[in-house]
Amino acid sequence: MYTQALNTAEADDRGLEDAARAAQFQARIDAEERIEPNDWMPAAYRKTLTRQISQHAHSEIVGMLPEGNWITRAPTLRRKAALLAKVQDECGHGLYLYAAAETLGTSREELVDAMLAGKAKYSSIFNYPTLTWADIGTIGWLVDGAAIMNQIPLCRCSYGPYARAMIRVCKEESFHQRQGYEIMLTLCRGSDEQKAMAQDALNRWWWPVLMMFGPPDATSQHSDTSTKWKIKRFSNDELRQKFVDATVPQAQYLGLTIPDPGMTQDADGHWRYSEIDWTEFKQVLAGNGPCNRDRMAARRKAHEEGTWVREAAAAYAAKRAHRQTAQAAE
Amino acid sequence: MATPNTPLWEVFIRSRNGLAHKHVGSLHASDATMALQAARDIYTRRGEGLSIWVVPSTAITASDPADKGMMFEPAESKIYRHPTFYEVPEEVGHM
Repeated sequence: MYTQALNTAEADDRGLEDAARAAQFQARIDAEERIEPNDWMPAAYRKTLTRQISQHAHSEIVGMLPEGNWITRAPTLRRKAALLAKVQDECGHGLYLYAAAETLGTSREELVDAMLAGKAKYSSIFNYPTLTWADIGTIGWLVDGAAIMNQIPLCRCSYGPYARAMIRVCKEESFHQRQGYEIMLTLCRGSDEQKAMAQDALNRWWWPVLMMFGPPDATSQHSDTSTKWKIKRFSNDELRQKFVDATVPQAQYLGLTIPDPGMTQDADGHWRYSEIDWTEFKQVLAGNGPCNRDRMAARRKAHEEGTWVREAAAAYAAKRAHRQTAQAAE
Repeated sequence: MATPNTPLWEVFIRSRNGLAHKHVGSLHASDATMALQAARDIYTRRGEGLSIWVVPSTAITASDPADKGMMFEPAESKIYRHPTFYEVPEEVGHM
């Protein structure tokens, strides 16, 4: 994924971005060329991508918490092994994404510190609790399903390192969604209580999942330039609609009811959902969701408790380097 | 006391089909041993490879994108380096 050490473009951004360079840059984007770390890029492009990729990375890392909650209580060894593998994948995804974000010139330490200080955001969906085992099924099926919908177009994003990271992520994500749907299927074919548990989880997750696609197109603040730069290829509402159309038949197969009595199907086959409660979205984004404080506290605790490990590893590396220099001098 | 930034490593993996080591990504680790272990965990969770190289990122010298023209243009005009430049009559068959 290239290296920040090779990144010499930063100084360029401070100067005046002459119109000729910007035009040349846009021409490359329009020609579907990929932008690489050492290429010239507008400061705003760098800033937008650093924000987006690092938020994406934070989301993967925080996303380990709601599911990690159930690893020790998974109903069978098969489910436990799968969930553990999935949570490990989320960690891996976070790490690919941090590496991609770093190519834009911000160090890993700065990115992580911004998250721990509450200055950088992560996906609001992870501020909801996982109350029952059915929530694990629903997360895989819907949260990962929505993530895939968002991430597939990102495999063609104009920024090379981000696109490459997304290709890897998407390959692995498909297992996540299938394992989630399998959990739901098992519950729905089980006892009445198990099916009720699945329905309850769907009721609680449906609307927050629709919110994952972001504000409606009319009010989205980042969309225009991101579309021009080919970071974003579909609008929030387009992706949301795709997701709903794909998901409704899956819910029907499970025999579950989407908690939207106003939902209707168009003549052209699209499922039209009711108005989304954006005040809830804003509340969660502002830090007032059910688990915001828990998630931040868990991340900070993990970071603090890992301090001695980072320090010991650095001290050991320094000692070995020192010894090698001393031996070379003899 | 602030811990110094952990060094960056580039990871290369050789897949089982006998191809060359290929760059797959990067990671942070304090030393080579830890970099190798982290590369195993991050980049080979699904049998992606049979051999891993980790290289300190600072050890890589890269060509400058600004020199792209100078570096690669000379090859572009030399179409006679490709087999399709040469005509072989159809009767001769595949060559």
